[in-house]
Amino acid sequence: MDAKEQGGAEARYQAALNEGRFLIQRCDGCKRHVFYPRVVCPHCGSASLAWVEPKGTGVVYSTTTVRRKPEAGGDYDVSLIDLDEGVRMMSRVEGIAPTEVKIGMRVRAKVIDNKGAGLVVFTAEQAK
Amino acid sequence: MSLKDLRGKIAIVGVGTAGCGEARGMTDLEILSQAAKLAVEDAGLTMKDMDGLCTANLMSAIWPLNVVEYLGIQPKFVEGTNIGGSAFVAHQLPAMMALEAGVCDAVLVCYGSTQRTGTMGRKERTAARNVLDPNPYEAPYQPFNPPSSYAMIAARHMYQYGTTRRQLAEIAVAFRKWAQLNPEAFSRDPLDIETVLKARMISDPFTAYDCCLVTDGAAAYVMTRADRAKTLKKKPVHILSNATAVWHRSVANMRDLTVSPSKESGERAFKAAGMGPKDMDVVQIYDAFSINVILALEDLGFCKKGEGGSFVENGAIGPGGKLPVNTNGGGLSCVHPNMYGAFATIEAVRQLRGECGERQVKGAKTAVVNGNGGNSASSQSTSVLATAEAL
Repeated sequence: MDAKEQGGAEARYQAALNEGRFLIQRCDGCKRHVFYPRVVCPHCGSASLAWVEPKGTGVVYSTTTVRRKPEAGGDYDVSLIDLDEGVRMMSRVEGIAPTEVKIGMRVRAKVIDNKGAGLVVFTAEQAK
Repeated sequence: MSLKDLRGKIAIVGVGTAGCGEARGMTDLEILSQAAKLAVEDAGLTMKDMDGLCTANLMSAIWPLNVVEYLGIQPKFVEGTNIGGSAFVAHQLPAMMALEAGVCDAVLVCYGSTQRTGTMGRKERTAARNVLDPNPYEAPYQPFNPPSSYAMIAARHMYQYGTTRRQLAEIAVAFRKWAQLNPEAFSRDPLDIETVLKARMISDPFTAYDCCLVTDGAAAYVMTRADRAKTLKKKPVHILSNATAVWHRSVANMRDLTVSPSKESGERAFKAAGMGPKDMDVVQIYDAFSINVILALEDLGFCKKGEGGSFVENGAIGPGGKLPVNTNGGGLSCVHPNMYGAFATIEAVRQLRGECGERQVKGAKTAVVNGNGGNSASSQSTSVLATAEAL
């Protein structure tokens, strides 16, 4: 059975992530993309929200390095990512030092396993 | 009835603060009650006269019940909306409407928290709140909130407008200078820009000096109709207007990180008051973080968008500067017990009464109070206050 067919929007989103798939919503009413997942469109009020696979690419809208003692795991990144579909999400950029994450940087999504649950993180796109 | 019809009809007639800084061994409710008693006495009224109540607390969703029972009052009007620290500014509009409609005759607005010294401290309180009110789209990334959300707001403002860490530091230093003139302020040691810039990062670009204090503290004030206010003990401070705007909850859902809901609440409040930023003698901005001050100065119209950083340079908002902002020392240097809105309001009242001693802004007749709430300037409530002669 397709896990994303069960439960509310929040449950379906996480169920898809747990299978390694990153899905967002697109409203059948106003055709705008929606994130985070909802059962009613925040733009037009429609209850008809379809699950779609985003391209997975986006840009860092803002970023911060959360300072943490080395013995607790060290500093880490928290960023806001604007997906190319026009929605924004909190995430982190991995693979580079947190202080090297910059606003305007192009990034690409990947789904990782976070203590048994799927989680979207981003990596910096290679400069072309 | 429009917002304008309420202009000046209601006044703040009593204020009180208690347990500011450290109130070791005390509970939230105990210091709240001490502040409430002081506010009621300051108005020349009794607790039994309080037939309206506005209160909220981060620990209980039905906090007005705790307060009603503890104070032994039976209000005819109760307002317990919690939209974060701006709540105690936002409580004014419903209270104004209730008073004007004759539903009640005196409203007590009150708050108290012993998050600093209480047996359940800030860390435990935050953990409990995350269980009761989870955010599944933020929690896995472990933002150190609220600092991380406001830090991203600051980072975006810096990126878009060239705002600098030095300009943010100017704010912390200006408020420390005010705090040094305020015996009630918690942090009064000298502070300079270099010290702020060299301090340890918490969540870039913020050091601890960009973040509000974690203190205990309680605040209460009493509102009544202007005609009754005339007969009371203290010089009334009239509420010309109050307007609230709530746009989002989490920082990822703040459409433009450089524009806060103050843009909307400020416009509505100034319009109803028939005044503008230029008419304000004193400004009280809820400074949960240094960046809040820049956002509010811009969004309320004290300067253009993007110019908040240069506006605050060279001590412009400190003692002797061109615009007196947060004359008590603000949340950064005076007091910040989780939610600060009532304290900002009370400092404005004390300034308009002329009770501020060394930090008094001479001849202050008008003030704007801008409340901030939530993890990312999520709710904002703006009030314009004035003495009778400035009505």
